[in-house]
Amino acid sequence: MNLLRAALVPILAVVLAIAVGAIIIEVSGLNAFEAYKALYDGALADRKGIGRTLEKATPLVMGGLAVAFAFKAGLFNIGGQGQLVIGALFAGAVGYGVTGLPWIIHMPLALLVGAIGGGLWGMLAGVLKATRGAHEVITTIMLNFVALNITDWLTSKVWREPGIIVRTPAIEPSAEIPRWSQLPTGFALAVAAAFACWYLLERTTFGFEIRSVGLNPEAARYAGISVSRIVILTMAISGMLAAFGGAIETQGVVGRYEPGFNAGLGFNGITIALLARTHPVGVIPAALLIGAMEAGSSMMQFKADVDPEITQIIEALMLLFVATPILVRWVLRRRETSDISVGAHWGDA
Amino acid sequence: MDDPITQSPTNDPPALEAVGICKRFDTVVANQDVNLRIGKGQIHALLGENGAGKSTLVNILFGLYRADEGEVRVNGRPVRMNSPHDAIDHHIGMVHQHFQLVPVLTVAENIVLGHEPTRGRGLLDLDRAATEVSELGKRFGLEVDPRATVEDLPVGMQQRVEILRALYRKADILILDEPTAVLTPQETDHLLEVLRGLAAEGVAIVFITHKLREVLAVADRVTVMRGGRVVGTTTPAETDQAGLAEMMVGRSVVLRVAKTEARPEAGVLEIRDLHVRDVRDRPAVDGLSLVVRSGEIFGIAGVDGNGQRELVEAMTGLRMSDSGSILLDGSDITGRTPRQISQLGVAHIPEDREKHGLIGPHSIADNLVLNRYFRAPYARRGLRQLDAIDNEAERLVADYDIRTESIGATARSLSGGNKQKVITARELSHGARLLVASQPTRGIDVGSIEFVHQQIVGQRDIGVAVLLISAELDEILSLSDRIGVIFKGRLVAIADAGDLDRATIGRLMGAGADAA
Repeated sequence: MNLLRAALVPILAVVLAIAVGAIIIEVSGLNAFEAYKALYDGALADRKGIGRTLEKATPLVMGGLAVAFAFKAGLFNIGGQGQLVIGALFAGAVGYGVTGLPWIIHMPLALLVGAIGGGLWGMLAGVLKATRGAHEVITTIMLNFVALNITDWLTSKVWREPGIIVRTPAIEPSAEIPRWSQLPTGFALAVAAAFACWYLLERTTFGFEIRSVGLNPEAARYAGISVSRIVILTMAISGMLAAFGGAIETQGVVGRYEPGFNAGLGFNGITIALLARTHPVGVIPAALLIGAMEAGSSMMQFKADVDPEITQIIEALMLLFVATPILVRWVLRRRETSDISVGAHWGDA
Repeated sequence: MDDPITQSPTNDPPALEAVGICKRFDTVVANQDVNLRIGKGQIHALLGENGAGKSTLVNILFGLYRADEGEVRVNGRPVRMNSPHDAIDHHIGMVHQHFQLVPVLTVAENIVLGHEPTRGRGLLDLDRAATEVSELGKRFGLEVDPRATVEDLPVGMQQRVEILRALYRKADILILDEPTAVLTPQETDHLLEVLRGLAAEGVAIVFITHKLREVLAVADRVTVMRGGRVVGTTTPAETDQAGLAEMMVGRSVVLRVAKTEARPEAGVLEIRDLHVRDVRDRPAVDGLSLVVRSGEIFGIAGVDGNGQRELVEAMTGLRMSDSGSILLDGSDITGRTPRQISQLGVAHIPEDREKHGLIGPHSIADNLVLNRYFRAPYARRGLRQLDAIDNEAERLVADYDIRTESIGATARSLSGGNKQKVITARELSHGARLLVASQPTRGIDVGSIEFVHQQIVGQRDIGVAVLLISAELDEILSLSDRIGVIFKGRLVAIADAGDLDRATIGRLMGAGADAA
């Protein structure tokens, strides 16, 4: 019942966004039914499509987790993109640079180095906040640019593959995350990470401290929790999560680090986290949904002549509708809007 | 109870009248069939525990909420109020518990905000505003410098600004929501005088309070609410403190705290020449020394903002001190973390329970273990032991009479008194050596006050050293075995409770040692 209520707004937002998307497609003189049919065919109709969907969804799960996790401590991590490219590059560097290791060691090692790299990157914003009071929204945005430039430089000057294309050499087979009958197993890692985050937040004292700081940092401080420590560690874990997604992308999909391949993946995490209402496990269906739309968009263009930008419009609409639940409620005519705001105050009586 | 005399002598219709007001929030009935009549020139006290529905009622009268049923009449005519603007148009003014002022603007700017006098077209005439504000202040005994910036003013002055603003808007019905909660005894007396003056000029006043003494001192009529209904309306002549308390709570209440002679033993807390700075880096605690012994209650009386908060924060590890030392059982705890100090046996009931004492969205159970969630049996190897937490919570809810349907409910869903019981339960069930209780009964209902007081005395009797900080002089006087008066960060007097009378303490609070 509770779950259903929590999921109601996101589900309605998705339905509404798809409906509005259909109108836009129709208005531009194309057939919405055909378009969505093609989207479905491209994303979910066969094993290949499902594989594509899972592939796209994997970094989205991790990016969404990164945002959702930080949010539990009251932090808004906009730096997913920077953390992700650092993870992707470091995993790629270990993937090609370290040789002679068996798969059972090499593959996890590359993942780990990637995640730690992004974790340290995220932690930097946490340290700035805890020690200097710098707001994490500002610092993580700025650190995105720093990360992009550092990774570009490392790729073009230090770890570059000889040749005209700026990219790192292909990773060793021992660093690859294998496919299991066309399905990317990296997705399973992301799902495991989501459940691990949920467990950490809900069942451990550390998670309790994170949530306490997020809900009332002053009371948490009075209860003896070190808010600085929580801020730093939360940003580090959040960065690790985003970077883990980047590392899986390198080791399971791209096979190397190549600048530009991951563009925008980190930012999608914000959409995912909001769709999931910042619930760590809710991130999985949210990422699958967006992943499916990305996976099917080329088929939609091919078969129904609908530009792939339409999927971005639908995604943006989803975000808009999720962020404005009052609007959704108004559409539902559930209640007059005034009651929503009153609800928070009546206890003062 | 019937309402015998509501008509004012001249037989005018009442200035403000609520008829059959009902208001529900989801399933909770906040107001049920509430009738209230306030005559011109009358001071009408509205009395009731937290959650009794007083604030809901006045919020309806001021147009902040809309009643589900019933109507509001101004001067006998039904009015429909959808917002405070409508209320202001009907000359109703309200002074909220939390002031609605813009801190960076001046007094005059705040007062004219929304009704600015202009010169020519759209040019603000601040000189005229300042003059008008001065005149208004003089007329009603509410003098305040119109050019002062609000954030620099003490709380009592800010309240004057709020009242002046309502008067500037020509309010002849004035609603004050717990106006004396933030005032010193002297300021309170002055405010009551001002209210009498306003009433004499014909202003109808609705005065919400918890303090029975003030009701009896100033009100013409008293309406008592309980559980969303009006229990009765009476006059000060017909009742006394005990009678009012009984109406509020629904049973007879012990107003005096029953306590035996203190049997103090060794000193537990010793503070030596402590210096602490406040948020703005100004000295707040300025060379304060004291000793609190096991088995005694040491009360610190003082007007808010004389270093009490900084003293408490320094003692509990929340704020660094500049110099001096704080000893607990002889060992120095200066500079330890809040967690370390709590583990050494210092319990702390913080001044601001919403902001510092509870994590509102967490469950009651989680809040009850907020000072021990990290250790066995509530956690093992970093994993929370939910059964152990729930068992402890069930035990505390029963022992401390916390009224809730479930320990899984959020702490913020509780009434003020029950919130304070959660904090009290948590802090007192921890085997403390020293209890630091800061404004432990501020803004809570009579029944809960009685309970919290009994708990504090109970701690004393089992040998805990208690440091009580309160701006309520009555609370200090009725609980303390020894009293220190704090003024500008120092204790200007320390004496056995019997050796200081109310008036002396009041003077010391207001002007330090020079006054005595």
